[in-house]
Amino acid sequence: MTSDQANAAAYWKANVRLITWSLIVWALVSFGFAILLRPMLAGISVGGTDLGFWFAQQGSIIAFIGLIFFYAWKMNRLDKQFGVEE
Amino acid sequence: MSQFAINLLFVGASFALYFGIAFWARAGSTKEFYVAGGGVHPITNGMATAADWMSAASFISMAGLIAAGGYANSTFLMGWTGGYVLLAMLLAPYLRKFGKFTVPDFIGDRFYSNGARLAAVVCLIIICVTYVIGQMAGAGVAFSRFLEVSNSTGIWIAAGVVFCYAVFGGMKGITYTQVAQYVVLIIAYTIPAVFISLQLTGNPIPMFGMFSEHTESGVPLLQKLNEVVAGLGFTDYTADVTNKLNMVLFTMSLMIGTAGLPHVIIRFFTVPKVADARWSAGWTLIFIALLYLTAPAVASMARLNLLTTVYPQGVEAPALAYEERPEWVKNWEKTGLITWEDKNTDGRIQLYNDAAPAFTPTAETRGWKGNELTVNNDILVLANPEIANLPSWVVGLIAAGAIAAALSTAAGLLLAISSAVSHDLIKTLINPKISEKNEMRAARLSMAAAILLATWLGLNPPGFAAQVVALAFGIAAATLFPALMMGIFSKRVNDKGAIAGMLVGLVFTVVYIFLYLGWFFIPGTATLANTPENWMFGISPLSIGTVGAVINFAVAYAVSLATVAPPKEIQELVESVRTPKGAGGALSH
Repeated sequence: MTSDQANAAAYWKANVRLITWSLIVWALVSFGFAILLRPMLAGISVGGTDLGFWFAQQGSIIAFIGLIFFYAWKMNRLDKQFGVEE
Repeated sequence: MSQFAINLLFVGASFALYFGIAFWARAGSTKEFYVAGGGVHPITNGMATAADWMSAASFISMAGLIAAGGYANSTFLMGWTGGYVLLAMLLAPYLRKFGKFTVPDFIGDRFYSNGARLAAVVCLIIICVTYVIGQMAGAGVAFSRFLEVSNSTGIWIAAGVVFCYAVFGGMKGITYTQVAQYVVLIIAYTIPAVFISLQLTGNPIPMFGMFSEHTESGVPLLQKLNEVVAGLGFTDYTADVTNKLNMVLFTMSLMIGTAGLPHVIIRFFTVPKVADARWSAGWTLIFIALLYLTAPAVASMARLNLLTTVYPQGVEAPALAYEERPEWVKNWEKTGLITWEDKNTDGRIQLYNDAAPAFTPTAETRGWKGNELTVNNDILVLANPEIANLPSWVVGLIAAGAIAAALSTAAGLLLAISSAVSHDLIKTLINPKISEKNEMRAARLSMAAAILLATWLGLNPPGFAAQVVALAFGIAAATLFPALMMGIFSKRVNDKGAIAGMLVGLVFTVVYIFLYLGWFFIPGTATLANTPENWMFGISPLSIGTVGAVINFAVAYAVSLATVAPPKEIQELVESVRTPKGAGGALSH
C-alpha cells in the first residue's frame, strides 16, 4: 500500500468514526428521547407537557441542524489535516 | 378592494416574479439545464432545496395532520427533517464528488451495469411521478379556494406556469425561482402564525408561544388544549402512543425516504465543491426548520382556536349556533372542505369524538346524536388568517405561498424525471452519439411530456394523495437509498447484488402497500383491511419502507458475496468519491 493509499484509508476511517458518533446522537434524540425513552423523561416538564414531547416536535429538529453543521465543520478540518481538500 | 382582487394581485405578482427570474436565468447548455452550471452558492442552494423539498404536503397538510393526531403525528416533523442528517453524511458530499448529472448516472457507473441504471431510472420515475400528483392536487385546492376557479382549471394553470419556467430555464431557472418561492412561502407561513401566537399567548415567536401560557385561561397552552380535547372525548393532544415499533419504523421510513428522493439529491450537484455540499445540507435544514418549528405551533393553536370557536362558552356549555357561525366557516363550506349536518336538529354545531365509547354516555345526556362538523385537515393552514381575523392581504399572501410550495416541488420533480429520461435513458442507453443540442431538445420534450402526464394524473388521481405519497417514500427508502449508500460505503457490493437488492426491495415494498391500500390503488381491491390488527408485526403500510431497505441491504450483500468482486477500476472509483480532492465542476461527458 502506498502512503497515499494509507492516508486515504486513514481519512476514510476517521470520517466513518465521525459519522457513527453523529448518527448515534441522531438516533438518540429522535428514536430515543422523542419515542422509546419518552416515558423515562416524563418527569421533566416543559411548558405544560413533558421533555419527550418537546424533543418529538422541536428538540430533535434543532439537534439535527447542530449535527450537520458540526459534521461539516469537523470534516472540513479533517480534509485539511489529511491534505485531501479541494 | 375585494378579497378576490387582492388574492389575484398577490398570486399574479408572484407569477410575474417567477417568469422574470426564469427569463433572466434561462439555460443555454445541458450543464446549465441539469445542474445550473454547477456554480450555485451553498446558501442559495440551501434555500432552493428547502423550497424544492417543502411541498404542498408540508405547507398545506402537515400542520393539519399534527393538529388532528397530536404527539402521534410528530413522525412527520422528525422524519422529514432527520433525513437531511443522512443526506449530509452518507450521500450528498460523495455524489457531488462523483460529479455527474443524475442519480441513475451514479448507480449505472458504480455498478458498471446498464441493468442497474435502468432499474434506477424505473424507481426514480415511479417515485417522482407519484410525488408530483400530490403537488398538482395541492395547487388545484389553492387555486379553487382563492381564485374561485374550478379544481381542474387550477391544475391547468399550475401546469402552464411550471411549463413556462421549467422547460426553458432547466435547473438554472428552477434554482432561482425556487429561491423566490422559498421567500414567498416562508413569509406566508410565518405571518399568520406570529399573529395567532400573539393572540393566544402574547409571545410573538410561535415555537416558544406553543410552550408558554395561554393568556385567557392562565394555564400552559398545551395543558389547556389537553383539557379541551379531553372534554370532547378526543385523545389527549400530548398522549403517548402504544405501538412504538410502528412509530419508530414510520419515522425511519420518512427519513431514509427523504434522503433517497432524487429531486432533492440532484440539488446538491449544483454547488461548486464537496465541502459546499456539506454546508448546503445544513443551510437547507435551517431554512426548512423555519417552517417545521412553526408548524407544530400552528397545529396546536389552530386546533385550540377551532374548538373554542365552536364552544365559545367552554366545552361544558352549549355549542355555537349554526346561524352565528363566523365568516370563514361560510367561505370554506362553499369548497366542501367544511361540512355541517344537524343530526340532533338543535341548530347548534356539535363537534366531538363520536367514536369513543367512553364519551358516549356524556354525549347522550347532552342530547348529541353524533359529530356534526367535519373539517378537512388541509384547510387549517389556509384558513388560519381568516380564523385569526387577520387583514385580507394576509389571505392573499397565504394563497401565493401555498401555490409557491406546490410549484417549486413540482418543478424539481419534473426536472428529475426529464433528466433521467433524456440523460440516462436516451443519451446513455439508447443513443450515446446524440449531440448536445439534441440532448437539450430531448430534455425539454421529456419535461413537457412529464408535465402533461402529471396534469392528467392530477385531474384523475389514483386513490388518495396521502397513500400515493406513502408509496413514493417507501420506494425511495427501499430502492435508491440503499443502492446509493452501498455504492459509496462498500467496495464489495457488485452489479448483481445491487440489482437484486433494488428489485427485491421494490417488489416487497410495493406488494405490502398494495395488500392494504388496494392493488395499484384501485379502490376495493385491497387483499386485507388496512387496520392495525391485520398489519404484520403491527407495521403499517406507511412504515414498510424501512423493512424494504433492510431487505435490500441484506440481499445485496448476500448476492455480492456469492459472486465475483467488482473490477479494480470500480474499486478505484469508490476510493475517488470518498475523498474531496480532485473534484471539478460537474462533468459534461
